[in-house]
Amino acid sequence: MTEKTAITLTINGRDHAIEVEPRRTLADAIREDCGQTGTHLGCEHGVCGACTVIVDGEPVRSCLMFAVQAEGKKIRTVEGLAQGDKLHPMQQAFMNYHGLQCGFCTPGFLMLGVGVLEREPDICDEELLDVLSSNLCRCTGYQNIIKAVRAAAKEMRGL
Amino acid sequence: MKPAPFIRHAPKTLDEALRLLAIYAPQDGRVLAGGQSLVPIMAFRLAKPAHLVDINDVAGLNEVMTDGKVLSIGACVRHAAFHKPVVDNPLGKLLSEVARHIAHYPIRMRGTFCGSLAHADPASEWCLVAATLEATMVARNTHGERLIAAADFFEGIMATALKEDELLVEARLPLLARDAKFGFNEFNRRAGDFAMAAALATYRLQGGKIVEARVGIGGAEARPRRIAEAEAVLDSQAPGDKVFRAAAEAAASSIDPLEDYQTTAEYRRDLVRAVVRRALEQSGK
Amino acid sequence: MSGRDHTKGSGTTWVGRPIRRLEDPALVSGRGRFTADLPATHHLRFVRSPVAAGKIGRIAAPDGTRFITAADLEGVKSIVPMLHKFNYRPVGQPVLASDAVRFVGEPIAAVVAASAAAAEDMAERVDLEIEEATPVIDARAALAVGAPQIHPEAPGNVILEGKFKSPNFDTAWKGASKVVKLEARSRRQNATPMEARGGHAACDAATGRVTLICATQMPHLMRTAIADVLGMPEADLRVIAPDVGGGFGQKMSLASEYIVLVWLARKLKSSVAWSEDRRENLIASFHSRDQYVTLEGAFDKTARLIALKADVVANVGAYSCFPTTCGIEPLMAMAEMPGPYDVQHYECQARGVLTNTCTMAPYRGVSRPVITFALERLMDKAAAAFAIDPVDIRRRNLIDKFPYTSAIGLEYDVGSYRETLEMAVKAIDLPAFRARQQQERSKGRHLGIGFATFSERTGYGSPAFAARGMDITPGWETVILTVDPSGFVEARIGASPHGQGLRTTLAQIIADEIGVTPDVIKVVHGDTDHTPYGWGTFASRSLVISGGATLIAARKVRAKLIKIASTMLEAAEGDIILADGVAKIAGTDRVIPIARLAREAYTQTHRFKGEIEPGLIETGTYDPPGTFSNACHVAIVEVDADTGRVVVERYVVAEDAGRLINPMIAEGQVHGGIAQGIGNALLEEIIYDENGSILTANLADYMPPTAREIPPIELHHIETPSVNSITKAKGLGEGGTIGAPAAVLNAINDALAPFGAQIDEMPATPQRIRAALRALGKAA
Repeated sequence: MTEKTAITLTINGRDHAIEVEPRRTLADAIREDCGQTGTHLGCEHGVCGACTVIVDGEPVRSCLMFAVQAEGKKIRTVEGLAQGDKLHPMQQAFMNYHGLQCGFCTPGFLMLGVGVLEREPDICDEELLDVLSSNLCRCTGYQNIIKAVRAAAKEMRGL
Repeated sequence: MKPAPFIRHAPKTLDEALRLLAIYAPQDGRVLAGGQSLVPIMAFRLAKPAHLVDINDVAGLNEVMTDGKVLSIGACVRHAAFHKPVVDNPLGKLLSEVARHIAHYPIRMRGTFCGSLAHADPASEWCLVAATLEATMVARNTHGERLIAAADFFEGIMATALKEDELLVEARLPLLARDAKFGFNEFNRRAGDFAMAAALATYRLQGGKIVEARVGIGGAEARPRRIAEAEAVLDSQAPGDKVFRAAAEAAASSIDPLEDYQTTAEYRRDLVRAVVRRALEQSGK
Repeated sequence: MSGRDHTKGSGTTWVGRPIRRLEDPALVSGRGRFTADLPATHHLRFVRSPVAAGKIGRIAAPDGTRFITAADLEGVKSIVPMLHKFNYRPVGQPVLASDAVRFVGEPIAAVVAASAAAAEDMAERVDLEIEEATPVIDARAALAVGAPQIHPEAPGNVILEGKFKSPNFDTAWKGASKVVKLEARSRRQNATPMEARGGHAACDAATGRVTLICATQMPHLMRTAIADVLGMPEADLRVIAPDVGGGFGQKMSLASEYIVLVWLARKLKSSVAWSEDRRENLIASFHSRDQYVTLEGAFDKTARLIALKADVVANVGAYSCFPTTCGIEPLMAMAEMPGPYDVQHYECQARGVLTNTCTMAPYRGVSRPVITFALERLMDKAAAAFAIDPVDIRRRNLIDKFPYTSAIGLEYDVGSYRETLEMAVKAIDLPAFRARQQQERSKGRHLGIGFATFSERTGYGSPAFAARGMDITPGWETVILTVDPSGFVEARIGASPHGQGLRTTLAQIIADEIGVTPDVIKVVHGDTDHTPYGWGTFASRSLVISGGATLIAARKVRAKLIKIASTMLEAAEGDIILADGVAKIAGTDRVIPIARLAREAYTQTHRFKGEIEPGLIETGTYDPPGTFSNACHVAIVEVDADTGRVVVERYVVAEDAGRLINPMIAEGQVHGGIAQGIGNALLEEIIYDENGSILTANLADYMPPTAREIPPIELHHIETPSVNSITKAKGLGEGGTIGAPAAVLNAINDALAPFGAQIDEMPATPQRIRAALRALGKAA
């Protein structure tokens, strides 16, 4: 155990004042210290992408960052995608196209999709497939995830 | 799989970072940049650094600059910076082509070019680029700065010539000739996996013949390097399938292949033969 | 197939529509509740054996470390699943290893701390003294004379042996025109759900009752089993399966770690949590499919398979999984080896062999991915030996008369084996592919096409399980259906979905039957305090069995609603239609909302003059014999002869799972299974070194496929209504994993045919393919 530091994490526009050890990953801090459990841990070694969140506009693996590194940054998680009752086009698309089954990898895919499409709205299909190969899913076989993200991309471009 | 405890230091200036390294590197301290390689290793507790010197907030380390001859890449420049060509020179396109092969998009948001060099994983694409193009690494500690040529920099698996208290502050890649051709190819099992063999080839054509050939191999030996035997096959030859295959064969025969529980020396050579040929084929396009 | 708005009734039926899932709004918003999301006072970290075999000596830890070992677990039994047939030798698995360790990763001690990180810190400092012994890793090596014996109860390391020989087999065999032999090797798999295992046990200090929230597929049986092992009253334990992030069988078997959690919660009178990390899951959860299958097929001169001989050696690991026992792999292999083919002479020996490796447990498809791979390779090999087309040999041998009783006595209900083959062949345009294959070969590119035809045994109830001689015979399902006075419907089920969309499909069945819309239906599952006893979700059973029980209960509710409506509307029962939320008299516009009927059932019971019981609550129980779905899978691959890499270019499926309740959900199941099957065929392998340590203990070395490795999958459907399932639906959850390895391996072999290479091992890694080419001198 090392001494904890007091930091503030800004998640989905809200500040969370927490105390964490330096080794506390951003993923664990988001989930446990800030109570936002929508972000999941699938491997804790940066391969599966279930922990993907958006930090200062960039989709990143929150299990590979330490919470103390994220102070002062704008963190977005799955809980912040919807506007009140209105789902984000990405969330709606996943529902429309059956892009989820058990739902465990879903927040990671949603944040990956939203993060990349906000940065590169005109990304071509092949590159989008490359991006989607970043995260692992065991239930869907990816078919419907790809359909969902493509549909969401179209809609996000139109906005 | 939580990392072992450590104390984090977050310097704001390079001098401060170097001072911290001088103190803590001998106390099991390491540099934290992108974290995309280091943090997984810490999660498995294969590394348990007592101190991390986090350089992400150090001013002045994010620059990519060129003076027309050399491209200088600062310590904290991320892989993603190279998605689009950073310089109007074939080197820019080359780096952009290679960057696509590094891990995955979210990893490239955080991982750094110089971090890859310092980490020296044999499968690292940037290490291959640095070795093939004969980059110069700029290392600094509290005693000063020294320049390390790529051929001297990479010593073995996860081993470089950097002293424990030295920070790799910059990597300098020579720009390519305006008419330089290049090709890159790597083999992996799944999209985004570590390369099991990778090849980078550059050359120019003079009178329709290959000159200044460079052929580098990564992922196949303990460290990336130029393969003189392959380059010798190419020099002064017209590019074509037969020549490319011969160069590939020369590369495959000349390596000292990495072997593991799934990959025999023979198979590694198979891969080197394939990636060299394909890199050369790509160069022609 | 995009879903349509599920909240508006339009007079059309719900069953058969690809409506959006009721599960999804919470899951896409990050409001899923998974086991690891719960805070706990204490956290557990297991100290696991670093060696594969040995005797435990001293266990010590620095002062202040709170930990328990087997010595602390007084009165706690071992886990001893039981099978009463096939010469099964019951072996016990201690909850924490006591004197011997038998596989790397076996839990020896449990450290308790205030956080997971602190527990991990302390666990690292626990000192284990283990006198190492020589382990045996490979099943064939374990069968050899002089091999280390894993359990004294199972001499020769054979934990069970199934043997079958049909009468007149030898005579039939002698009449063969050609005998084709195949040695197939299936390498060890880990189901790798994205959520690893985990549990959270909380003891109510006042009552002493424990609630275990855990990632499981069988909450009721976990409750029964854990209470039994701990010697505590079952009523004092509540088990809840919350949202579970995939199971695929791995979360079906009883985990000793969950038992430790409950024990500790009671001891500490507090809450204690354990989240398995990925490394632990890869090393020490449950493994599957490590088998050697030797097949010999005797064919007559028209390439009809006359007699089939099989030998199955299944590596079951160090213990036996509860409740199915490790017999499940070898015995399923024996029972279903002949697959979809009409072959009445059959001989099989199937053994489960103990080794110093992680325990085996069922993984989606169980043995069928392996036996289908072996049998389909045999058919292709035979086709080549007879110089006929692989499609043709299947045409000549597929069962086409139903019901069909297999050589071993399994009854196959009506299916469409030939029809799905023809449908797939048409969809793939075989002649066009062969032309393209020829063309590409001349350019040095190696394309191949592979077929797999198979049947999938689904939705089988207790008679099937009883035939295996299991001590615990699962199979039936019960559903309790309640309509409250406001017309809101609640179905409480004993199955335990974890991605299968049961909340939606059961709602569709109920909606059709009682005339409401799915948005007023809630399916409750997973909590043993709130659901009837049931067996959980596995073996492609839930929709068939829970669906059947749901239908039975719904029919009773329907009958009651119609009776109430007939009284209120003063009409004959036969004239009442229930649809769109109302009861209406056919041919008129006289309607009563179903919600009103429901209210009457509670508040106006006197009106029904004792003809109906007050309230609206009905129970249905269903225990069907089982129903076979079937499919034909076709894979087109390209093999890079220089590197051995295989790319699956195209994948076509023609499948028949009877009536599809929700086609979108059904297709999702097939997609997911195929992806796992492609992983099985090309990428995934748990590799042990000779000391029994796992070399593939992270997701970079154990390689589930990414989106890039899975091609677009084209699905075609036939719906042959099941005669053995009252909803007419058949199960299909495992079809993808069953067919894909065979289709891909056959395609690889087709691609490499010009080289004369035979790849009968999976995963067919690039290294193995290159080695095969090299061995033939073809590695130019």
